[in-house]
Amino acid sequence: MRKTVLFAPLIVFLIVGSFFAWGLTRDPSRIPSQLIDRPLPEFNLPAVPGFQQGLSSGDLQGQVTLLNVFASWCVSCHVEHPLLMELAARREVPIYGLNWKEKGLNDGKEWLERFGNPYGRIGDDRNGRVAIDLGVTGAPETFVIDRQGRVRFKVIGPITERYWNETLEPLIEELERS
Amino acid sequence: MIPEIGHFALILAFMIAIAQSVSLLIGFNRADARFAAFGGRASIVIFCLAGLAFSCLMFAYATSDFSVANVFENSHSAKPFIYKLTGTWGNHEGSMLLWVLILALFSAVLAMQARAAPVKLHMLTLGVQAMIITAFIAFVLFTSNPFERLFPTPMNGEGLNPLLQDPGLAIHPPFLYLGYVGFSIPFSFAVAGLVLGRVDSVWGRLVRPWALIAWVFLTIGIALGAWWAYYELGWGGWWAWDPVENASFMPWLAGTALIHTVRVVERRDAMKGWASLLAITTFSLSLVGTFLVRSGVLTSVHAFAVDPTRGVFILTILMAAIGGSLTVYAVRASTLSATGRFEPVSREGALVVNNALLVAACATVFVGTFYPLFIDVLSGDKISVGAPYFNLIFTKIAALTLAIAAIGTLLAWKRANLRTVLRSMAPIAAAALAAGVIVLVIAERERVAGAFAVMLVVWLAGGALIDIIGRTKLFRVPLKDSLARARGLPGAAWGAVIAHSGLALFAFGAAGASLWNAEHVALMAEGDSAEISGYEVTLTSVEQFRGPNYEAERASFMARRGADEFEISGERRFYPIRGMETSEAAIRAHRVGDLYVSFGANQTGRGWPVRLYYKPFVGCLWWGAALTALGGLVAFTDRGRKPARLRRRRHASPAGMKVAPV
Repeated sequence: MRKTVLFAPLIVFLIVGSFFAWGLTRDPSRIPSQLIDRPLPEFNLPAVPGFQQGLSSGDLQGQVTLLNVFASWCVSCHVEHPLLMELAARREVPIYGLNWKEKGLNDGKEWLERFGNPYGRIGDDRNGRVAIDLGVTGAPETFVIDRQGRVRFKVIGPITERYWNETLEPLIEELERS
Repeated sequence: MIPEIGHFALILAFMIAIAQSVSLLIGFNRADARFAAFGGRASIVIFCLAGLAFSCLMFAYATSDFSVANVFENSHSAKPFIYKLTGTWGNHEGSMLLWVLILALFSAVLAMQARAAPVKLHMLTLGVQAMIITAFIAFVLFTSNPFERLFPTPMNGEGLNPLLQDPGLAIHPPFLYLGYVGFSIPFSFAVAGLVLGRVDSVWGRLVRPWALIAWVFLTIGIALGAWWAYYELGWGGWWAWDPVENASFMPWLAGTALIHTVRVVERRDAMKGWASLLAITTFSLSLVGTFLVRSGVLTSVHAFAVDPTRGVFILTILMAAIGGSLTVYAVRASTLSATGRFEPVSREGALVVNNALLVAACATVFVGTFYPLFIDVLSGDKISVGAPYFNLIFTKIAALTLAIAAIGTLLAWKRANLRTVLRSMAPIAAAALAAGVIVLVIAERERVAGAFAVMLVVWLAGGALIDIIGRTKLFRVPLKDSLARARGLPGAAWGAVIAHSGLALFAFGAAGASLWNAEHVALMAEGDSAEISGYEVTLTSVEQFRGPNYEAERASFMARRGADEFEISGERRFYPIRGMETSEAAIRAHRVGDLYVSFGANQTGRGWPVRLYYKPFVGCLWWGAALTALGGLVAFTDRGRKPARLRRRRHASPAGMKVAPV
């Protein structure tokens, strides 16, 4: 009995190790397949204080768009932000923002004032209700929405220059052509 | 040509490491001293070659040789010289080479200590170490070669991530690696000890300094990372439970359990299986952390560029090293028999409880870190575990651990009288209670949590104080005798007192900075004032200037509180090469805390968004961490050369360490 207990650490490690091995085959920034190609859930969010327009699911139809979930408290959003600014400046694709779970009334506004605003419209999702419908797991997260308003792709974590060039840009071009 | 020299040096080191692994194993089997001699010298040669390879890469960085792909991707000619040098390890390939260099350094030092250790134990330990080196050099050569050339040679490089161009972050990785890699030696000793069935007080005496020095480096490395996050990221926090932070924290928790348990093995010849398992676990967690950071199984801001082949390679190393060592443990641990028996109420007993709590804390962090991965694999759902989980569970376990640590040092080895110990702690308990009540009365917010935190801090620091008073018999014998006793105390005892006081200070800083943090946001133009925690902060001027490789805006503030008046200034820097912005918060320690001001861009023309914080007691975090590391260092100087039994006979046993004859 005592001897078999000694194998416990090894068995625990083998289980954890097989999870690691399995985890390697998955891309952590890929959306679970069952959510892809579904229409965006209906929502209608108010504007972030200091801005005129809010964001509703209807705004995300008619053209290929990016929906970016961000928050002033999110460090990775800070890292991602310059790239979004650049994409907005190059007018690559319309970017809409979902300002997620801000604590202070003006946090979102101040963050955008400080670092710049790449978004066409921004919805204020203060209580995170819409984010739950969207299946948001953390910030930042970016959805690629097609002309019919369906989710075609989701990126978890910050978009990098490379990820944009290799994955998102070709995808968006393809969606725009079709 | 210089990069090729580095490349060849590394290949040569790889060959020698293979030869060394084989020869040490053969030498061990045949008990042949010639093989052992080769194995020992090989370690030193490998270290020299790894040093040469690393110098060559550093030279390529220093001279901005953009024909080397790694330099091109991570450096730029306009970068300040010091960051050209530190950029050597600011990327995946270079940092792995640094990892190999440190590994080789530790092995070489171990090789030179051959006389201090039993021959077979030393040979096998060095052999395990050689296998680890072989694996990591192979990893660098086959998946992460920093010496790869680029043709045609680009005119200039892509620049180092500006966040990494900072003194705090430049020296943070080497310390972290010294810690991670340092734990490889206790690991190798554990494997060798298990194979030989020799985990005893001699083993404990050999392992303890290694475990301690690795732990000290890891403590410093983690603290530097937290400090950097505090002043550089501009959000006023210092720890976010990010997977990469957790990756460094888990080995620290396991290592903390290890340095305590190894002491038990050394002094009492008990807890042997557990000590060897902890030694294996600690380095395994370092390896898992490496896997986590470099394979891309979890997303993180800190993570390096991801390449699946690297993940597979590291996982293979992981499986071989951890799976192999745990198999050795499973098969051999039953051969270890403890001679030192102890009662539940004893210092050993307290350490068992603390070990259990530390392991539970470590498991909490582990589960929180990997839960998203497990869920993803099992159900395909993507979830994230945030700070609330860690804050809820981890803080409770940590508080309990610290509470027990306070009385643990007071308990005698083998069998202790809990009543005597609790009686000696009575004044401290009273002081803690009084401090708690004071906090309840004067605190403006978070009274209950604050009272608990302060009671815990007083209890822990008081435990250290009572310990030192008891050991030196202060107030009971003349002061001169007490001082003589203080000088005669073993480094391990002083180390424990210092490190526990440091932890108390750290816990105080953590509690104060998170519970009583004041925050205020305002849109300010030049001349405007805002108030925070009794400070009147005026934005005096904002000016543009140009740094060596960035453009910047510097805001100067005048802060006034009562008669005190001082100026602080912060910066926002824009690095055009990477298109990134960084901030240098304006921080000034004043009274008991830090006044912390960060500011944003004046986009509207109406003013700068300014975020003001007053963070009380935050300085205690850094001093507490430094004191904790110092405690480890003091304990490190205690070599405990004499076998425990001899020493006990020669000294009249110091108070609190009285033991019945074995």
